[in-house]
Amino acid sequence: MSRLQVVSGKGGTGKTTVAAALALALATEGKRALLVEVEGRQGIAQLFETEALPYEERKIAVAPGGGEVYALAIDPELALLDYLQMFYKLGSAGRALKKLGAVDFATTIAPGLRDVLLTGKACEAVRRKDKRGRYAYDCVIMDAPPTGRITRFLNVNDEVAGLAKIGPIHNQAQAVMRVLKSPETSVHLVTLLEEMPVQETVDGIAELRAAQLPVGRVIVNMVRPALLDEAELELGLERTPRTAIAKSLAAAGLGGARGAAGRLVDPLLAQAAEYAERYALEGAQRAVLGEHGLPLHELPLLADGLDLGGLYELAAELRQQGVS
Amino acid sequence: MSLDPARDPLDVDALLDDPKTRIVVCCGSGGVGKTTTAAALGLRAAERGRTVVVLTIDPARRLAQSMGIDSLDNVPRRVKDVHGGGELHAMMLDMKRTFDEIVEAHADKDRAEAILSNPFYQSLSAGFAGTQEYMAMEKLGQLRSRDEWDLIVVDTPPSRSALDFLDAPKRLGSFLDGKLIRLLMAPAKVGGRAGMKFLNVGMSMMTGALGKLLGGQLLRDVQTFVAAMDTMFGGFRKRADATYRLLQAPGTAFLVVASPERDALREAAYFVERLAADDMPLAGLVLNRVHGSGAAGLSAERALAAAESLEEREEGPEERGEGPEEQAAENLEASGIVDQDGGKVGGRNSSASEAPNSPEASGSSRPTEDTDSGASVEQLTAGLLRLHAERMRLLARERHTRDRFTALHPEVAVAEVAALPGDVHDLDGLRTIGDRLAEASDGGQV
Repeated sequence: MSRLQVVSGKGGTGKTTVAAALALALATEGKRALLVEVEGRQGIAQLFETEALPYEERKIAVAPGGGEVYALAIDPELALLDYLQMFYKLGSAGRALKKLGAVDFATTIAPGLRDVLLTGKACEAVRRKDKRGRYAYDCVIMDAPPTGRITRFLNVNDEVAGLAKIGPIHNQAQAVMRVLKSPETSVHLVTLLEEMPVQETVDGIAELRAAQLPVGRVIVNMVRPALLDEAELELGLERTPRTAIAKSLAAAGLGGARGAAGRLVDPLLAQAAEYAERYALEGAQRAVLGEHGLPLHELPLLADGLDLGGLYELAAELRQQGVS
Repeated sequence: MSLDPARDPLDVDALLDDPKTRIVVCCGSGGVGKTTTAAALGLRAAERGRTVVVLTIDPARRLAQSMGIDSLDNVPRRVKDVHGGGELHAMMLDMKRTFDEIVEAHADKDRAEAILSNPFYQSLSAGFAGTQEYMAMEKLGQLRSRDEWDLIVVDTPPSRSALDFLDAPKRLGSFLDGKLIRLLMAPAKVGGRAGMKFLNVGMSMMTGALGKLLGGQLLRDVQTFVAAMDTMFGGFRKRADATYRLLQAPGTAFLVVASPERDALREAAYFVERLAADDMPLAGLVLNRVHGSGAAGLSAERALAAAESLEEREEGPEERGEGPEEQAAENLEASGIVDQDGGKVGGRNSSASEAPNSPEASGSSRPTEDTDSGASVEQLTAGLLRLHAERMRLLARERHTRDRFTALHPEVAVAEVAALPGDVHDLDGLRTIGDRLAEASDGGQV
C-alpha cells in the first residue's frame, strides 16, 4: 500500500467524501492515518461534523478495530512561517516579511510556492518518524485539488525546481518530488458516471502518466442503484402493453386500471425511459473508464452521504473492495 | 411538476431581453453546470435578438466543438446555426495569451520581449493561483470596452473558493504596486529614487531572507521581471479597479449557479453573501438538474408498498388471501419504512442492490422464466414503482436542500432547471436548457 494517497476528482464528484472514507478504511485494524486538506475549504470538518480545523494535527475519528484518523488543514501561510522558522530560525524576519506582503506573495501569487508548501507539508508527514524510528502515520491521505489542476499541483515541484535552479526551495522541491514520483505515492481519481467527469478523469490519467506520477485507482462515486435490470429495460418495456401495466398497478391497489392507476402508466414509463437512457450512458462511461487498466471501484449513492454513518458505510465498502 | 415553485421565480427572459443588461456573470462551485448555463443563456439571448458574446473558461470538449470554439486563439468566434435576429459569438479563455497581450500592449517591443522570455513571468502567466481569475476579469474588461456586443455572458473559473475570482485581481494589483515590489526593485536601481532610501535599512536583511528562501537566481529573475514590468504596474492596478467597478455597475447581473445538493448550495450561499458584501448586483440563483415527476401524487411509500405487494403476489399465489391494501400496510411495517422521515429513507438506496427484494437480487431466485422477456408484467410494474419511489425520495431530498437555502436567503430569486437524462453537447441541447431556464419563471412548473 502506498503511504501517500492523493485523492483528486472533478468538482462535485465528492472527492473530499471519498478521501475521508479512504482514510477511515485505511486506518482500520489499529493503523493511524492522517487526512490532509490543502484548499482551505474546511470540507473535512464539515464532513466529520466538528468545528473548523486549525493548522494542527488532531484526532477526528476512530476507525473499526482501534485505528485512528487524524486531520490537518494545511494553511500555506502558516506552513511558510513554519518552514522559515524550522530551517532558518527566521521568526522575526518572518513577521517582517509578512508585513511587507512577502508572505502573501509567496503563498498566493508566486508561481508554485504555495503548492510546494502544501505538498511539502504532506510529504513531511509521510516521512516523519517517532523516536523509536517508526513512521508517525501509517499513511497520509490528501484531499487534493480537482483533476483539472492535479498534475500541475503535484508536478509544481518540478516547475519550481526548474525555476529555482539552486537554493533551498530547489532542494525542498526535489525532495518532495522524489516522494511524489515514487511507489510510495498513489494518485486516485474520483468520478461520476457522467460524460464530463469521465472525460476529465481520462485526461487526468493521461496527464499524470505523462508527468510520471503514479496513478492509483479510479473510484466511481454516487453510483445509483440498479432498479430495473437489463432484461426489463430491453425487452419488458417495449413488449408489455400499457393496459397490462395499468391492470398490474390496479391489482397492487393503486386505483382502477382505467382511472387513477391508468393515469400513472405514462409518467411511470416516461421515468423508465429516462432511466434507460441514463443507464445506457452510464454503461458507456463505465466502459470508457475500464480502458485504462486501473483498478475500478464503485461507491453507492448515499441519500445523506455527508453524515458520519454514511462515511463509515463508504469506508466499509472500500475495504470490502480491497483498497487497503 | 417538480418541486413546489420557489417563492420568487427568476425571470430569465426579462433579464436577457432588458437592453440595460450588459454583462451576466455565472458563478458557482465546480460541477454544477456553470459553463453550460452560460452558453445556454448566451444562445437564448442571441435567439431573442441580442448581439452576444460568451466567454467560457474551460468548456467540455464537445460543447466547445459544437460552438466552434475548440481552437484556442483567444478571439471570439461567431457561432453558426443560431436562429433569430441576434448573433452569438463565443470564445474560450487562453490565460497565457491574455497576459502576453497585456504585456505587448503596454510595453515597447524590447521590454515586452524581455518580460515574455523571463522564466518567472512564464510560470506566473501559465496559470498559477489567481492568474486565471485575473485574466478572466481582464478579458471581460477588454470585451466590454470594445463595445461590439450588447451582452457579455461570462463563465467564471472553478476557483478553489468562492471568493477567488473577486479577490484575485485586487490581490495581484495590490501586490504589483506594493511595498514588496519596490523592495525587490531596489537592488536593480541602487541610488535611484529618493523615496527608496528609507527602505534601505531593513532592505539588505529582507533581500537576504528572500534570497535564502528563493535562491539567488530566482530572486534575480523576479527582480528582472519586476524591473521590466515597472511601467506597467500602475496600469495593472487601474485595470483591476476598473473591472471591479464594472462588476458593481448597474448593467451587470450575477447569477449564482448550483445544483440541489448540500455542498453546492452551501457554496451558493457563500457567493450570495460575498456578492452582497461587495455590492455586486445579484440577479438570482439558477438551480440546475432539478428532478420532477409526472406522478408526484404517488408517494414513495405507497409506490414501494405496491411494488412489494406485486412481488409477493408473484412469489406465492396461495398467500394471496389478504387484500392488497392490508398487505401493503404490512409490508410497510416489515420493511421499516414507516418511521423514517424523508431525508432518511433514501439511505436504503445504498443497500438496495443487496436487499433481498430488489428486482436484481431476487430475479434469479424467482420462477419468472416462463416469459421469454425474462420479466413478468408484475415484476416490470414493480420495477417501475421502485423507480418512482426512488424519484420521489430524490425529489424530497432536493426540495429539502433547496428550502434550506431559501430559508437562509429568501430574497434571492430562483430559476429551477429540470434535469436532462444525458449531457448537453450541441446547440439543440443548449436550446432545451434555455427553454427550461425560462420556463422556470412561468410558474415553476417544468
